Amino acid sequence: MKIITCVKRVPATTTRVVIDASTKSLDPTGVEFLLNPYDEFAVEQALQVAAAHEGSTVTAISLGNAAAQKELRTVLAMGADDAVLLTNDLALDADVTTTARILAEAIRGREFDLLFFGKQAVDNDAHGVGPAVATMLGVPCLTEVVKFELDGDKVICEREVEGGREILESPLPCAITCQKGLNEPRYANLKGIMKAKKKPLEITEVDLGAPALEVIDLLPPADRPAGRIIGEGAAAVAELVDALRNEAKVL
Amino acid sequence: MSNILVLLETRDGSLRPASLEALGAARKTVDELGGGTVTALSYEAFDADAALLGASGADNVLIAGAAQHSAEGAAATCTRVAKELGSVAVLLAASVRGKDLTARIAAGLETGCVPDCTAITVADGRMVFTRPIYAGKGMLNARVSGAVAVASLRGNFFAAASRDAAAEIGETSAEASKSVVREVAAKSGGRPDVAEANIVVAGGRGMGDADNWAMLEAIADQLPGAAIGASRAVVDSGIRSHSEQVGQTGKTVAPELYIAAGISGAIQHLAGMNNSKCIVAINKDADAPIFTAATYGIVGDINEVLPVLAEELSKLQN
Repeated sequence: MKIITCVKRVPATTTRVVIDASTKSLDPTGVEFLLNPYDEFAVEQALQVAAAHEGSTVTAISLGNAAAQKELRTVLAMGADDAVLLTNDLALDADVTTTARILAEAIRGREFDLLFFGKQAVDNDAHGVGPAVATMLGVPCLTEVVKFELDGDKVICEREVEGGREILESPLPCAITCQKGLNEPRYANLKGIMKAKKKPLEITEVDLGAPALEVIDLLPPADRPAGRIIGEGAAAVAELVDALRNEAKVL
Repeated sequence: MSNILVLLETRDGSLRPASLEALGAARKTVDELGGGTVTALSYEAFDADAALLGASGADNVLIAGAAQHSAEGAAATCTRVAKELGSVAVLLAASVRGKDLTARIAAGLETGCVPDCTAITVADGRMVFTRPIYAGKGMLNARVSGAVAVASLRGNFFAAASRDAAAEIGETSAEASKSVVREVAAKSGGRPDVAEANIVVAGGRGMGDADNWAMLEAIADQLPGAAIGASRAVVDSGIRSHSEQVGQTGKTVAPELYIAAGISGAIQHLAGMNNSKCIVAINKDADAPIFTAATYGIVGDINEVLPVLAEELSKLQN
């Protein structure tokens, strides 16, 4: 099996976002960046499929700035065979369609049976890079998968939708976006980290081209109106119910 | 005359309510653009209610009549119809299916997309889309560079129109797909999904043992249409299912009422629920960050407060 997994360097979810008005983006000063949490499920699934099929290879591809080598080294340390960094200083802020176009260009011409993505990157929260890359490459894509099974030359997956579950099926080659619950991602151990240093990591400069989105501004969310502490313990409950009913009018 | 295409979402032959919000948003946007038509498209066969769809904002409805709703087929059909109509925008609900479809349709139309919007305005004759990024820690305002914009709309942020008009029902052909939906199973248990509910009763680490969750279930039982939510800590410890997780690596919710019991209010959790209209926090730690987001707070032990709350609510029901 030839497997490709696409990953992204993102700010940690604990980040307190400070906006830089000049770049209309996150001020990266003091921000910790790491591998997108959902991409860990994608990498783990790629490695599990590869382990079950002798002679498989796992290639990690990322569109990122130069510092994103760190996240690709993490993926190599987890067990991927090689990595490709498509680099541009503004890459982390590229819109979903632009990101997908560049990844699709890089994947086109490579042989693949399976493409694994995280279901969303926790910075841009677009949920779209996997399905957009698949559409551009003309292959099916199953999204937000929590169960994955390879049955001969077809993939059977399960996902949760609002109030239900869907069982989806696709022939190979296809793309999969991975949701929490799919697997337990492995940690890179010391041996993996040492081996990763010698694995190939190809770096290619890319031109982002014309953006598909024109950003007007990025603003902090509106402050919530200040609330109040009603009181302590069970004695405060009656007043709470009264406020919900007569003041907030939500009951 | 502009046309906006709305991709409807159906399940088991019934329309999903979020699609009516998308029709209302399309109607308002078309009017602000100087007038035009709103076309609703369903990939899957369903029993279309011309009066309801018309009242909600649609001028006409096209039903492709596919037997099942593969995202691949729905996106290809939507892309073709948007080209045929020369639509200026394609709108759909930002559900799991909607999020799956948005970027595919944009890729098919070779244009940009704005997933999970919370507002659409028109300025100088062009649509401006607002969407939260970094899990709501920033609000992005953007225009789509291409001739057609694709946007999915977050639930509870747009309203269906209420017009006195019926939609005209027609047909269109469905594009084929390589992938298929083999089965759709309704979730067991009677509560709505946490992302769709108008009321969410959520618990965190402070709830303690799994048995204590019966106290939250009892409160939800007294609030019609309430869903149960959970913090990441609770889901990671296996007490509740991931489908209930609210926060940056779970679901983003904006109900009318969000009750947070034993939730400290980590930044990732707040990001997932601070658009709720009314937030109630119950926590024994008066310094817990959840109180900064709360409309109303009670400092106290959940074991004492929750049973009394369930009882007070039951009095209202009777």
